[in-house]
Amino acid sequence: MSVRRLAEASVQPASFAFNKAFTAQAKTWIKKYPKGREQSAVIPLLMLAQEQDGWVTKAAIEHVADMLGMPYIRALEVATFYTQFQLKPVGTRAHIQVCGTTPCMLRGSEELMDVCRSKIHHDQFHTNEAGTLSWEEVECLGACVNAPMVMIFKDTYEDLTPERLGEIIDQFEAGKGEQVKTGPQTGRVYSAPLTGFTSLKEEKGVLKTTRDKEAKAASKAAKAAVVEATVPPSNAAKPKTDAIETSPAVKTPSKVKAAPAAEKAASVAAPKPSLEDKNRPVGIARPVAVDDLKLISGVGPKIEGTLHELGIFTFAQVASWKKAEREWVDGYLNFKGRIERDDWVKQAKALAKGGVAEYIRVFGKKPV
Amino acid sequence: MLEDKDRIFTNIYGRFDQSLAGAMARGHWDGTAGLIEKGREWIINEMKASGLRGRGGAGFPTGLKWSFMPKSNPDGRPSYLVVNADESEPGTCKDRDILRHDPHTLVEGCLLAGFAMGAVAAYIYVRGEFIREREALQRAIDEAYEAKLIGKNNKNGYDFDIYVHHGAGAYICGEETALLESLEGKKGQPRLKPPFPANVGLYGCPTTVNNVESIAVAPTILRRGAAWFSGIGRPNNVGTKLFMLVGHVNTPCTVEEAMGITFRELVEKHGGGIRGGWDNLLAVIPGGASCPVVKAEDIIDCPMDFDGLRERKSSFGTAAVIVMDKSTDIVKAIARLSYFFKHESCGQCTPCREGTGWMWRVMERLVRGEAHKREIDMLLDVTKQVEGHTICALGDAAAWPIQGLIRNFRPEIERRIDEFSRNSHRAEPVLVAAE
Repeated sequence: MSVRRLAEASVQPASFAFNKAFTAQAKTWIKKYPKGREQSAVIPLLMLAQEQDGWVTKAAIEHVADMLGMPYIRALEVATFYTQFQLKPVGTRAHIQVCGTTPCMLRGSEELMDVCRSKIHHDQFHTNEAGTLSWEEVECLGACVNAPMVMIFKDTYEDLTPERLGEIIDQFEAGKGEQVKTGPQTGRVYSAPLTGFTSLKEEKGVLKTTRDKEAKAASKAAKAAVVEATVPPSNAAKPKTDAIETSPAVKTPSKVKAAPAAEKAASVAAPKPSLEDKNRPVGIARPVAVDDLKLISGVGPKIEGTLHELGIFTFAQVASWKKAEREWVDGYLNFKGRIERDDWVKQAKALAKGGVAEYIRVFGKKPV
Repeated sequence: MLEDKDRIFTNIYGRFDQSLAGAMARGHWDGTAGLIEKGREWIINEMKASGLRGRGGAGFPTGLKWSFMPKSNPDGRPSYLVVNADESEPGTCKDRDILRHDPHTLVEGCLLAGFAMGAVAAYIYVRGEFIREREALQRAIDEAYEAKLIGKNNKNGYDFDIYVHHGAGAYICGEETALLESLEGKKGQPRLKPPFPANVGLYGCPTTVNNVESIAVAPTILRRGAAWFSGIGRPNNVGTKLFMLVGHVNTPCTVEEAMGITFRELVEKHGGGIRGGWDNLLAVIPGGASCPVVKAEDIIDCPMDFDGLRERKSSFGTAAVIVMDKSTDIVKAIARLSYFFKHESCGQCTPCREGTGWMWRVMERLVRGEAHKREIDMLLDVTKQVEGHTICALGDAAAWPIQGLIRNFRPEIERRIDEFSRNSHRAEPVLVAAE
C-alpha cells in the first residue's frame, strides 16, 4: 500500500464549489443510487472535483462529504486510498502518467520515464519550473497490448517510442494538447495486430443477414448428413520446419509427452518362449560336480537357479550353445540381448577349459 | 482456428458501426424478449449446460453462480447484479475493448443476467482510468434506454435499470467484495466471507458480481444454444475467449479465439511470432500478473485453457499472455510485479500489507544479486506464509509469481548472487530486507 497525504496547508485553497455544469453532473451521479445510499457517489464526485481543479483539495473533500452527508473522515479515507486522486497540484497543461508495470516495462516504459525525467523533472509529482508539466509512474493502466503507453488527463497515447513521447510532451507544453492524435501512435487500429487483421477482416462475415443465410444452409446440410460433433485435432503442435528463423523441431521436446508409467503400460511385453521350443538347449540331469555358473559375468544366484531348472549345470553346456539356442535363453530370461553382449559362450569356454586361471588369461581380470 | 461467424465479439477492433443500429445488424438484441419469455430457470439451465466458466480469472461456472441467488425476496430486499469492469490485472485489456467497441453485448447481457437472477438493477463498476470507455458504455446504455430495450416498461418485458459507476485506480477493487465496498463509497477493503454476496452483497442485499466478458457472452450463448458454445474447445474448458498477446511478440493484439488453442498456434496466427524467433522465447506469464511464470519449453505446445495451464503449475487467469524473450531480465520483471502488488495491497491483513513490501525488497536485492543463497529459500518460505492467510486472494496473487520464478529460474538467481559476491568490494552482502 502506498502512503498518501494531503498537500500542505500553504497550497490548499480556502474553499471549493462545483461550477454549474459539474453541479448538474454531480446531481445525476447521486440520483443513480438508492435513497440513503448517497455515499456511493463519493468517488465520482471527487473525480469531478479533480477535473475542475486539476487536483483534489481539502476543501473539495469536505465539500463533497457535506453534499453526501458523510463524515469528513470517511471522505478523507476515500481520497487517500484511491491513487487516481491527485492530492497535490500537478502540471496545468499536462500530467503525464506513465504505465510502468511489467507488460509496459517489457516494451520499453523505462525509456519513456527517462524522457519525462529529462523533459519535465527528475522526480515524479514535481512540476517543471513553469508549473505546466508533471509526471508520475502509475501501475497498469489496462492497455497492455498497446504497450508502452501514457495517459494524459482523459486520453491514452499508446505504442509509444521515446521520440514520439518527446513530441507529445512538447505539443502539450505548447498548449496544443488537443491536437495530438489519441490512441495508438503507430497507425494500427486500436488493439488489432499492427501488420493487419487476423480476424474480423470484413463486416459481412459477422452481419446477422450473412449468419442467418449460413445457418439456414447449415441446417439443411445437417439434415442431409449426420454430423459428428467433435472438435478436429489441432495442427498447432506441428513444427514449422521450413521457417527461416528457427527450427522448433530441433529445440522443442516431442509434442507427445508420455510419463514413464504410461509408456510402460502401453508397451507390450514380448511373449515368453515356450519350453517346448525346438531351440531350447538340451538339458541334463543334475551331475555330481556342478559348475559355479555365477562365475560367468551376468549370472547371479537367481539366474543360476533358472538355468538349473532348465537343466544347465556346466560351463561346457553353455559353451556349446548355438545362436538360436542363445536367443531362446535370452528371450526366456528376458535379457534383451545381454547373453550376446556379455559373450557368455566365450566366458564359459574359458571357464570350462581352465577354470578361473584360464578366465584371467583370456579376459585379463578375475571373473565376478 | 475460430471463424468469424463463431466470434461473439464482432466489433472488438471498433472498425464497424458501434451504435445500436450497427450492433443490431450484427445480431445483438435479436429476440431478447423471446429469451426472457422462456423464463429464469431456462436461462440458468442453459448457462449451466453451456459450461461457461467465469472470465475474470477464477473460472467459476457462471450458471452455477447465478443459481445461488435467492428465488424470492420475502424480506423485501432487492437483488442486484454488479458487473466487474475494474480490469486492472497487468496484461489484461479485454474488457476495455468490449466497453469501448462492443458495449451492446454487455448491456444486453446485463438485462438477461439480471432477469435470470431476479435483480432490479445492474451496476457496472468501470475502473477509473477507463474514462473514454466509460463514456462509450454510457452512450450505449442511453441508446438502449431510448429504444426502450431497458428501463421501465421496456419492449423486453422486464423492468431493469443499468447504472455505470467508476473507481479511482485501485487494483484491489477487482476483488468482488472490495468492489462492493467501493461501490458503497468506502475504501476498497475486501469483506470476510461468509456471508457471501449472494446473500449479503451490495447495500446488504443479494448480489452477484460477474466479469464483463462473462456477462457479455451470455446473450449470444442463449441465442445460439448451449450446445454451440460447449462444442468449442475441450471438455470443462469450452467456448471462445478473448486472448491478449502482450510483450515480446511481433504484433501484440487482442483476439477472440477458441479455448484450448495451443500457445504456438495463438502466437503464430495472431502475434506474428516471437520477437527473434521461437528459439528466443524465454518464458511466458500465461494469465495476467498473478499467474506463475512458465518456461518456454513447457508452454510452447500447451493448450491455453484452465486445465492445460494448471498442469503446467500456472493458471489461465484472464488469458493475458505476457511473452518474454531472452533479452528479458526475468528477475527484474517479476520484481516489478512484486512492486505492483506491494503498491496495490489494501493494508487490511498483516501478512499481505507487510509481506508484499518485504518480498519486493528482497526481490530488488535478488535483481542485483545482493543476497545470500539461503535467502532464496527464506523468500519462498515467506511467500508460503502470505499465501492463504489473507482475506482476499491478493496475498496469493503476490506470492505466486515469486514462487513461479524460484521454481523455474533458481539457477539464474544463484548465478547473480555468485556474480555479485565475486565482484563485490564488500566482503559480506548487506542485508536490508527485514526492517
